[in-house]
Amino acid sequence: MSQENILKVENLVMHFGGIKALNDVTFDIKRGSVSALIGPNGAGKTTVFNCLTGFYKATGGKIVLSAAGKETSIIKVLGEPFQVSDFFSPIAFFGRLKYKMFGGSHLVNRAGLSRTFQNIRLFKEMSVVENLLVAQHMRVNRSLISGILNTKAYQKSEEEALERVFYWLGVVDLVDSANRLAGELSYGQQRRLEIARAMCTNPEIVCLDEPAAGLNPSETEALTKMIRVLRDEHNTTVLLIEHDMGMVMDISDYIVVLDHGEVIAKGGPDDIKNNPKVIAAYLGAEEDEEVTL
Amino acid sequence: MDIVLQQLVNGLTLGSVYGLIAIGYTMVYGIIGMINFAHGDVYMVSAYITAIAIALLTFFGIESFPIIIIGTLFLTVAVTGAYGWVIERIAYRPLRNSSRLSVLISAIGMSLILQNYVQLSQGANQQGVPTLLTGAIRFTVGDGFVQITYMKLLILFISLLGMGVLTYVIQKTKLGRMCRATQQDRKMASILGIDTDKVISTVFVIGAMMAALAGVLVTLDYGAFDFYVGFIIGIKAFTAAVLGGIGSLPGAMLGGLILGLSEALFAGLISSDYKDVFSFSLLVLILIIRPSGLLGKPEVEKV
Amino acid sequence: MSQSVGINFKKSSIDALVAGFLALILFGPIVGVLLDGYGFSAEFGRVAWMVAIVVVGRFVMSCFFQTEKGVAMAFRYANNDEGATVLSPNHKSKMVWIIPLVILVGLLVPFVASKYVLTVVILGLIYVLLGLGLNIVVGLAGLLDLGFVGFYAIGAYGLALGYENLGLGFWSMLPIAALLAAFAGAILGFPVLRMHGDYLAIVTLGFGEIIRLILTNWASFTHGPNGVSAPLPTLFGLEFKRRSKDGETFHEFFNLPYDSAYKYMFIYLILFAVVWAVLFIKHRLVKMPIGRAWEALREDEVACRSLGLNHVLVKLSAFMLGASTGGLAGVFFATYQGFVNPSSFTFFESALILAIVVLGGMGSTLGVVIAAFCLTVLPEMLREFAEYRVLMFGILMVVMMIWKPRGIVRVTRTGFAARKGAVK
Repeated sequence: MSQENILKVENLVMHFGGIKALNDVTFDIKRGSVSALIGPNGAGKTTVFNCLTGFYKATGGKIVLSAAGKETSIIKVLGEPFQVSDFFSPIAFFGRLKYKMFGGSHLVNRAGLSRTFQNIRLFKEMSVVENLLVAQHMRVNRSLISGILNTKAYQKSEEEALERVFYWLGVVDLVDSANRLAGELSYGQQRRLEIARAMCTNPEIVCLDEPAAGLNPSETEALTKMIRVLRDEHNTTVLLIEHDMGMVMDISDYIVVLDHGEVIAKGGPDDIKNNPKVIAAYLGAEEDEEVTL
Repeated sequence: MDIVLQQLVNGLTLGSVYGLIAIGYTMVYGIIGMINFAHGDVYMVSAYITAIAIALLTFFGIESFPIIIIGTLFLTVAVTGAYGWVIERIAYRPLRNSSRLSVLISAIGMSLILQNYVQLSQGANQQGVPTLLTGAIRFTVGDGFVQITYMKLLILFISLLGMGVLTYVIQKTKLGRMCRATQQDRKMASILGIDTDKVISTVFVIGAMMAALAGVLVTLDYGAFDFYVGFIIGIKAFTAAVLGGIGSLPGAMLGGLILGLSEALFAGLISSDYKDVFSFSLLVLILIIRPSGLLGKPEVEKV
Repeated sequence: MSQSVGINFKKSSIDALVAGFLALILFGPIVGVLLDGYGFSAEFGRVAWMVAIVVVGRFVMSCFFQTEKGVAMAFRYANNDEGATVLSPNHKSKMVWIIPLVILVGLLVPFVASKYVLTVVILGLIYVLLGLGLNIVVGLAGLLDLGFVGFYAIGAYGLALGYENLGLGFWSMLPIAALLAAFAGAILGFPVLRMHGDYLAIVTLGFGEIIRLILTNWASFTHGPNGVSAPLPTLFGLEFKRRSKDGETFHEFFNLPYDSAYKYMFIYLILFAVVWAVLFIKHRLVKMPIGRAWEALREDEVACRSLGLNHVLVKLSAFMLGASTGGLAGVFFATYQGFVNPSSFTFFESALILAIVVLGGMGSTLGVVIAAFCLTVLPEMLREFAEYRVLMFGILMVVMMIWKPRGIVRVTRTGFAARKGAVK
């Protein structure tokens, strides 16, 4: 892929009823970077995330994902309302009807973007291995016939899936817990399993929603290493929301700062650290006051 | 022309009854996010209690119509309310923290228990009540006429009164405030010192009482009933609740009226054999086109 | 609280009296006053009995939960954390021995059992089929389908009407009915499955009832309440009737005296084979990607979507497979009865199937098979309690959901041996 930016967000607007959660948000994410979305509580970070990952349908603006060799408009695949002009052009009509009927956030994942959740969402009654197998649903042999007859091709595909499972379990250090129920794992293990699960869908960009929340310092450090592995060994772009400033400044190549639904600053960690607007937003301080992040 | 007008009159009364029952669905859904499957059977129980109350009152020699109707209403509403409370206590409260599926199944179980319990104690045969209120107002329209029986007027009057009182209770009283707070955020309400279990019980009781009103009115008007009547009318009242927007109190009333009117028109003009099929298809259509209903708020998924 | 030992009888007595008073209000009118035309007859004895049972029961319960054992039990219930067990990777199932044994016994049944026993067992097997079908929908995918009887009716009427109108026999209708039922499931499920799960429950409830209404009212096609007769299966063209209009009959061909038990034996053997086939398919499905997706969807729909699973289509596949199994069962039911009418397809039938799944444990195949036999064969044995059947199902559902929502048989999950990881 020649394109430099994997994700382009332009003039994103999101309203909930009368509340304007996002107001004209624009930023780009470079391929192969680790980027962070930060901002005070209520700034709209998670709303941006949910728009990017297709769980909310943005009210306006554009989100374009350039992955898997094509450009995907995330708002379009969620199914847009019909326009008057559609009723004169059958192609546009059926295009929209297709996404209305079969569209949804799963298409965002298939386009190469995967995510984790702020409040962990694992399949708690299933084993750790099964959690990762479900994530490979789109990659394995799903033919009913060959599955029921247990054909060679099916067995090979399942074996490959299991190999990938154990590879990722190795990365997140959970091989010993492979045959436990996901719900029995400790909090830190569950966070790591969720990241492994997101990676099993073979994404080009992975969005982590507060991955370090609730982790102790050594676990956070291990997480930082893991995120570097994702970027360096798997060429995966990482976008994260995080409150742990130490970790954000340590790991990120690029930071977008949100406040009151608007982007107030973007740039490298050093720019952000010294940006008076950011400092003011976080601390509510006057611009000339001395504050260090 | 006269058929259309006559069906509109019938639809209006039918709709107000649907609205009354739909209130039970919509309030319970609003507060615990569950469909109360046993609600149709609560209505059925109230039909039996109506007949029993009338039989008892006439047995004790009371013949004045106003006393009978007031006595029947009072008895039926009170006893049915108790049923609502007990149902919540047995089939819902122990499952407050269980999965949705468990609660649904337990509610289905409760519905079966009620049907079979009534069947076993009262027999499977159809039962009836004597006609107590006769007479009608007639208007001549063209060649035909439109007839509004006094019973239909009474149905309209009492159901509007019931809805009015309920709206007042929910909007203006402390109890109503507690209900609304619990509906918004159960955890927060309990932190503020509201006994949410009690509020949920109250909502079940209110729902059962409204169903009992409907039970008395329909039984008096229609005369006959059996242990199975709650099933179809329950589905229809639920359709009304969805049509108006589930969780919304005015929506339930509006949905009831619209469903009643359209069903009556369908039955009068097209086919009365398939009127149940019509209402059901309407339910599926609403779910496809506008699942949040006419007055409901669209559901925002929490991720 | 240190004075937990010792029973507070005063509190228990008050509990019991309150419960008794409530029971009096509830049972008083409905049980105590038996409607009889516009009059009534008083049945105070029944009320007294029921109130007494409630009072004593409440008193005993109240006392029990104050003893140490009771407190322990209440505590266990409050921490009701019965998850599944993950089997170790080299777990050997005892089923390897049990299954051939069961098949052997099953094959012997028609040759030793009396005709009556055979018909009861056939009915039991039909319900095993229905239970397995619904188990996919409710147990694995977590979708509450209350109109399962609708698909059962489609299968049964499919055979009867297909024979009457198109001359299709048992063998051609068996796959066609399964497809028809699956198709009906798709039409019904597609619009509704993207909604909140509860809507599905009520829409399917309505669907079951609508199918019955259409079967009753569309007299020109379905013969209304009078019903339609259904054909018997044939063995390579040989019929199991006493006399055949065209061709030979089974007993003539083999020079046997006519016996109506032959047809039941034959139906039994086909049904037995089909049940095993469905059992095998279900066993495979659970381990396949689609089965994993169903269970994942039951656990967390939002997470599934974030992993690229189309939740509507995954649910729809479970719904359709369940429906087609229901359709198969319907075909067997029609051929076994030789006749179908709408009264076989009421809501109670759906409730019975749901009770089988609930008792057997959601997702557990073995549990469903056992429960299906228990709930269909036992009532046959205990005819005098037949009218209490539905009441029992209702109580069973409520009690099971409170006590053991995952069923009596504990769910197990496959373990996987560790291997070297690799990404390709």
